[in-house]
Amino acid sequence: MTTNTAPPLGSVHQLLGHPTDLEGHLDAHGPLNVALYPNCSWEQSLVTSVEASGLTGRGGGAFPASIKLALARSAGGGGTLVVNAMEGEPASDKDKVLLTWAPHLVLDGAQYLAALCGADRIVVCIPIGRDAVAAAVSHAMGERTGHRYARVREEIVRPSDRFIAGEESALANWFDSGLSVPVFRPDKGTPLRIGKRPALVHNAETLAHVALIARHGPGPFRIHGMTEEPGTCLVTISGGVAHPGVVEVDRGTPLSDIAMLSQPVEPVQALLVGGYGGTWVGPGHFGTPYASISLRTIGAAAGVGVIVVLGEGSCGVAESARIARYLADQSSGQCGPCVNGLPAIADDLARLARGQGDGVSMARLHRRLRDVNGRGACRHPDGAVGLVRSALAVFAADIAAHGRGEPCPNWAKPTSFRFPRPIGL
Amino acid sequence: MSALRITIDPVACEAYGYCAELLPEAISLDEWGYPMVDDRPLPAELMALAKRAARDCPKRAIALRETKNR
Repeated sequence: MTTNTAPPLGSVHQLLGHPTDLEGHLDAHGPLNVALYPNCSWEQSLVTSVEASGLTGRGGGAFPASIKLALARSAGGGGTLVVNAMEGEPASDKDKVLLTWAPHLVLDGAQYLAALCGADRIVVCIPIGRDAVAAAVSHAMGERTGHRYARVREEIVRPSDRFIAGEESALANWFDSGLSVPVFRPDKGTPLRIGKRPALVHNAETLAHVALIARHGPGPFRIHGMTEEPGTCLVTISGGVAHPGVVEVDRGTPLSDIAMLSQPVEPVQALLVGGYGGTWVGPGHFGTPYASISLRTIGAAAGVGVIVVLGEGSCGVAESARIARYLADQSSGQCGPCVNGLPAIADDLARLARGQGDGVSMARLHRRLRDVNGRGACRHPDGAVGLVRSALAVFAADIAAHGRGEPCPNWAKPTSFRFPRPIGL
Repeated sequence: MSALRITIDPVACEAYGYCAELLPEAISLDEWGYPMVDDRPLPAELMALAKRAARDCPKRAIALRETKNR
């Protein structure tokens, strides 16, 4: 996995673009204080600010941060504040960039929520192999210890680098068992636990926003983005572009405007939004605002902050088949429908990409997509199903040609997508 | 208003398939032999069979859960 440590592209700079060291960080953002409301304790003020900010989780679920926080507090407090920087998505670099360029912001956000929940430790999860990111965070922690700045103990742990390892139940499970596999939770509202104590798992970017919202109140956060979905967000752009990288944009910026920041190298035929378990979006919807409420109306989701640009010289069917194969390989191997269904779906799509599909295999693919959806302990199979369904819709004309045994000439070209290792068709 | 629904723990399930034999009205098997549950609330007349399916599952993967009616 490559670690992109280039300075971020982009138009707005709330999270990124400030000095990286502790002194510069304090000059830019001020000390670790809470913006107080009249006649309110710091705890009440912080809860009010997070709630009024409308901040949603930036790890993929887009769940309101205030509700997650309330759940954790209702679980009795104490325990562990987990900073999730696992970023298993191959097309995402935002958490690596954030922890490299603004580690103190992420750690501050963790300090605020740890204090609020009475957590007695903060654990930053960075996968094995991302040594430059771990070194940046370790250096930042050293600065904080030297300044007697951090109240709650901060440490780094290094789970294995797997796609599924950052799924929050898999991450909590790793602490207990050493295995990065998701846990079946019939009620997703049940607070996570590490050992017998509550665990609050937040994405690194979410915590960086908390650090600013706690200091300055919800106002400056809400200046950006949409009324219904405020703030800025980090997006990694890759694929057929001249300048792949991480940008910080207002929530609700049109997809095409975000893609343009990285300068596509040829006319764009589709955008993959939300990561490899995300959704293809065709040209008719390129103007859609990058926000959950808008993307939902076209059957997509913000997901992890990822946009992959598919140029017209690439084959969407072949790229989708590679992604489906990658996702099948990344199953944690626990649930029958995922273990069996994802490889079968990937096979069907690969056959189609090679021009060897027919009506029978198309019907079978549709049935498999229907059968596999929603039947895992986690959402991994659902992501794969959504990706393939959107491919069938957005590349419908190509799919039909491939199905007639007339695949486009581009299907055998090398992929323009990022995979940890080569994926054959 | 709440109703009982069959839920299957997909991690525990190992595709023995007894549940679909006992309760074909609510459970079918996919092409790999794993159970697919009808999403509708369980009719009262199937309750006894559903309880038996839960009890007889070798992997204890079936539970009857009270869920909010949507």
